[in-house]
Amino acid sequence: MIRFILLQNRQGKTRLAKYYVPLEDSEKHKVEYEVHRLVVNRDPKFTNFVEFRTHKVIYRRYAGLFFSMCVDITDNELAYLECIHLFVEILDHFFSNVCELDLVFNFHKVYLILDEFILAGELQETSKKAIIERMGELEKQE
Amino acid sequence: MALLGMRGLSVFISDVRNCQNKEQERLRIDKELGNIRTRFKNEKGLTPNEKKKYVWKMLYIYMLGYDVDFGHMEALSLISAPKYPEKQVGYIVTSCLLNESHEFLRMVINTVRNDIIGRNETFQCLALTMVGNIGGKEFAESLAPDVQRLLISSSCRPLVRKKAALCLLRLYRKNPDVVNIDGWSDRMSQLLDERDLGVLTSVMSLFVALVSNNNEAYWNCLPKCAKILERLARNQDIPQEYTYYGIPSPWLQVKTMKALQYFPTVEDPNTRRALFEVLQRILMGTDVVKNVNKNNASHAVLFEALALVMHLDAEKEMMSQCVALLGKFIAVREPNIRYLGLENMTRMLLITDVQDLIKRHQAQIVTSLKDPDISIRRRALDLLYGMCDVTNAKDIVEELLQYLSTADFVMREELALKAAILAEKFAPDLSWYVDVILQLIDKAGDFVSDDIWYRVVQFVTNNEDLQPYAAAKAREYLDKPALHETMVKVSAYILGEYSHLLARRPGCNPKEIFTIINEKLPTVSKPTVAILLSTYAKILMHTEPSDPELQEQIWAIFRKYESYIDVEIQQRAVEYFVLSRKGAALADVLAEMPKFPERQSALLKKAEDAEVDTAEQSAIKLRSQQQTSNALVVTDQQPVNGPLPINQLGLVRIPSQKMEASSHNQGLTKENGAVSKVDPEPAPSADFLGDLLGPLAIEGPPAATVSAEQNMISGLEATPNAADALALATVGDQSNSVQPIVNIAERFHALCLKDSGVLYEDPYMQIGIKSEWRAHHGHLVLFLGNKNTSPLLSVRAVILPPTHLKVELSLVPETIPPRAQVQCPLEVVNLRASRDIAVLDFSYKFGTTVVSVKLRLPAVLNKFLQPKSVSAEEFFPQWKSLSGPPLKLQEVVRVVKPMSLPEMTNLFTSLHLGVIPGLDTNSNNLVSCTGFYSESTRAMLCLIRVETDPSDRTQLRITIASGDPTLTFELKEFIKEHLINIPTPTPAPAPSPALAAAALQPQSPITRAGYTDPGVMLAGLL
Repeated sequence: MIRFILLQNRQGKTRLAKYYVPLEDSEKHKVEYEVHRLVVNRDPKFTNFVEFRTHKVIYRRYAGLFFSMCVDITDNELAYLECIHLFVEILDHFFSNVCELDLVFNFHKVYLILDEFILAGELQETSKKAIIERMGELEKQE
Repeated sequence: MALLGMRGLSVFISDVRNCQNKEQERLRIDKELGNIRTRFKNEKGLTPNEKKKYVWKMLYIYMLGYDVDFGHMEALSLISAPKYPEKQVGYIVTSCLLNESHEFLRMVINTVRNDIIGRNETFQCLALTMVGNIGGKEFAESLAPDVQRLLISSSCRPLVRKKAALCLLRLYRKNPDVVNIDGWSDRMSQLLDERDLGVLTSVMSLFVALVSNNNEAYWNCLPKCAKILERLARNQDIPQEYTYYGIPSPWLQVKTMKALQYFPTVEDPNTRRALFEVLQRILMGTDVVKNVNKNNASHAVLFEALALVMHLDAEKEMMSQCVALLGKFIAVREPNIRYLGLENMTRMLLITDVQDLIKRHQAQIVTSLKDPDISIRRRALDLLYGMCDVTNAKDIVEELLQYLSTADFVMREELALKAAILAEKFAPDLSWYVDVILQLIDKAGDFVSDDIWYRVVQFVTNNEDLQPYAAAKAREYLDKPALHETMVKVSAYILGEYSHLLARRPGCNPKEIFTIINEKLPTVSKPTVAILLSTYAKILMHTEPSDPELQEQIWAIFRKYESYIDVEIQQRAVEYFVLSRKGAALADVLAEMPKFPERQSALLKKAEDAEVDTAEQSAIKLRSQQQTSNALVVTDQQPVNGPLPINQLGLVRIPSQKMEASSHNQGLTKENGAVSKVDPEPAPSADFLGDLLGPLAIEGPPAATVSAEQNMISGLEATPNAADALALATVGDQSNSVQPIVNIAERFHALCLKDSGVLYEDPYMQIGIKSEWRAHHGHLVLFLGNKNTSPLLSVRAVILPPTHLKVELSLVPETIPPRAQVQCPLEVVNLRASRDIAVLDFSYKFGTTVVSVKLRLPAVLNKFLQPKSVSAEEFFPQWKSLSGPPLKLQEVVRVVKPMSLPEMTNLFTSLHLGVIPGLDTNSNNLVSCTGFYSESTRAMLCLIRVETDPSDRTQLRITIASGDPTLTFELKEFIKEHLINIPTPTPAPAPSPALAAAALQPQSPITRAGYTDPGVMLAGLL
């Protein structure tokens, strides 16, 4: 299961943080700091997987943004790696050519999209179309 | 995209972004927090929109890492807002700011529940999402039934149902009782028919969680999972939106295969065949393509398929295909694939016996140990650790040692621990083991935990041959200029005990030894000073004839520390000083340390204890608990040069040791008066020596010896107790102390249905069985595996056969060498039909522990059956000719374990009762035909008909006919036992002793197989 998802830029600013396991605030900050340090200096030629405490972080870098997912040791790494990419594709579609600024100024939308994509630390919907349509529905209600 | 009506939020975000430095940012944020706080104070003046805006700002500030310690109430209150925009903000922000243990959440349970059961779909979704993300135990208790209702409701849109599925998963993880197993297996089976792939994706995650806890309850879902996988893998009827780079939802494929790995086996031949076809396709049909995403997705599926193939115990051929594939992967440049290749090879080692195939790739794996990427290096280390055995231990450990000097700091401790364990487990000779550990300490002393050097001390103490060598090595290291403190400790300890064995070598007379050790004294820490003082005392004792000059030097040191600030050191100095003036008494109390009893390495325990925390239990782990057929016992290991020297460790003479200990005690009693002025407080003195020896001394006896040495000074209260404990330990330790680590009854049942597997396992040994049956003959092989590094002694195996079986067991060797497996063939001849069971009476000795067990042998009735396929023309005349009792018997069986017809067909097939479909026109009936073989009857045809009642699966009518009345009766009873008592593996790995004991007495007629199950007892009464 996914323990948490982080979106961080190269400087370590958190753009999105979603925890599916209960952590105290101080622990969350520590985790964000550690994960950033763990992934930021890794060579692009390295694997997209790093061990983190008793779990592992699957991460991918898009321009200056790191998408990291912390999952169980027994989880399928590549499936989660592509899960990150699917999420990025959805964001890209929703914001038409997404960039970091979109995510900064519309962070609340990003949370909303994420809630349609992942729930309880598990993948909920893998159809880009279904999620984009659902977002359309929700926007109408605002 | 604009933020509707929330300019203020955008402005704030811009402001924060424009801050030049952290300081400015903090000022801006503090200002905003102050602003929000005042606005919230006067809540009445806030429009809903403003409130929304401030709550979003709070989340933004929180996300940046600032503490937000107020306003939770305001966020929470938005959940109760009547309109969607506010409600949405309330739910989302609450999910981010609070975690499940926050007490505020309790206040909204009712509101959340109303949203879930209400008619507004959007509200339902919001509520389910929040509960799914942060719901805790209380939510589970009050909301689970409502969430379940939504999941199975036919009127809800897929949108709501998929959220309900995952929400229920969350609640189930918080409290497994919320899903009532009885009703759920059927429901789950229906849910798996879902056509909407979004819902199915969510349902599959829920299913994995359920099945990982109890596969027995859900085995009706197995064929459905296989079907789903088939449909996806063959891309049948998959909507375009659910394919990802041309691959039908790789995520659902992976999840489905994960679920399948929780079923111990796939019995149904058709399902099995279909599954293997699909897996074969995936294994062979996955190509490397240019597009990264497509490549990743297809390989995600491929690696999961590999895991499933390994789990399903595929044919040897397919296994070597897997190893070949993995061998290819660990050599590719693409880092992710290489990483996964290494990882999966390691997993494979845990499951199947492919060590030899994997060993061929050793060179390649070693290369990965030097990869620049730490993730890959870690995987390579794990794999090398896993694949190590006596044949390659030297190479691998030397590779690890070499790597140790350049390894990253974060890896060194693990590396050191693993090298130490491997050196211990597979040492071809013990001097090599000592070399390795000393090298470890030398190269990476900071990362060598105390456990590691305690262990080497233990080995040296227990092996006399090793003592001069270890002492000489320790002496050599002392010549090195910069020495790690751990090296000082271990050298000083070893030289204190054994330097007298070197006395004639140059540079090794007591004085020289003392001088070189004493050079370190000024620079070492307190614990080491304490060890050095003991060493000096021992040197003094060993100096024959006594050397007044040396004595004076050492006394001077003792005197110097007499007033030392550290109590332990002070005490030692005082005591050693007094003792060393007593002449012969010194030799008594400072005599050589007695041998340590053999015990599991603390290191190994440490490595095993490194618990992994996963949402679901790992399928591999579950499996290795259930059937450890190949994994634990290393086969084919002929000791190369005679018996392994490590055996010597097995020589533990508890009785003599006990005497030593008590003689110490007596000596001490006399001694005690003389040193009475010393503070008798035992606690501090327990520390250092205890620290040194503590982890080595787990059981009673060593504690006694240790305290013996300590207590000579620090009071005697503890000693008699220790001696008592010792006495108790030796009495109580007989046979009860070793518990099987598999459920014996369960293993037996499983082996009744299949021909190979583990029959018994405890911490020291494992008994596996492999059998072949031909007519009334059976050929069995017992595999007796020693899991330890010391031999199992006095091995004895006797078969107690029932009267209807002729059993011949070949000679069982009296000793099983360390980590070896012995095969004992066993021939069985069946004389006539009977349900009595042969018993293997088995015992062995490990150290001083005698283990004795009685095991039922799976040479049962159905092993002598061979399914027959007959046509209607052949069947009916036979059926009619055998009319009425005693050749044909009929009985209504109640309290049957409910199962569907396909399940019953599976059961019958595995009992060798061939089911003939279509023979009976009533589809609720089952007809089968089998041949029974015995020496007296030769082949005898048996016909069976089962009539089931679809409205009540707990009862059925069975009719059995054969040409032999005994056979008819016995077969009927036998089938009944299996219908009523389907082996139900309990999730708990250790069987209750009572159950195991009951299961071990098949001799007496009342405690036969089924009687451990209350269902059978009931049936017996009926």
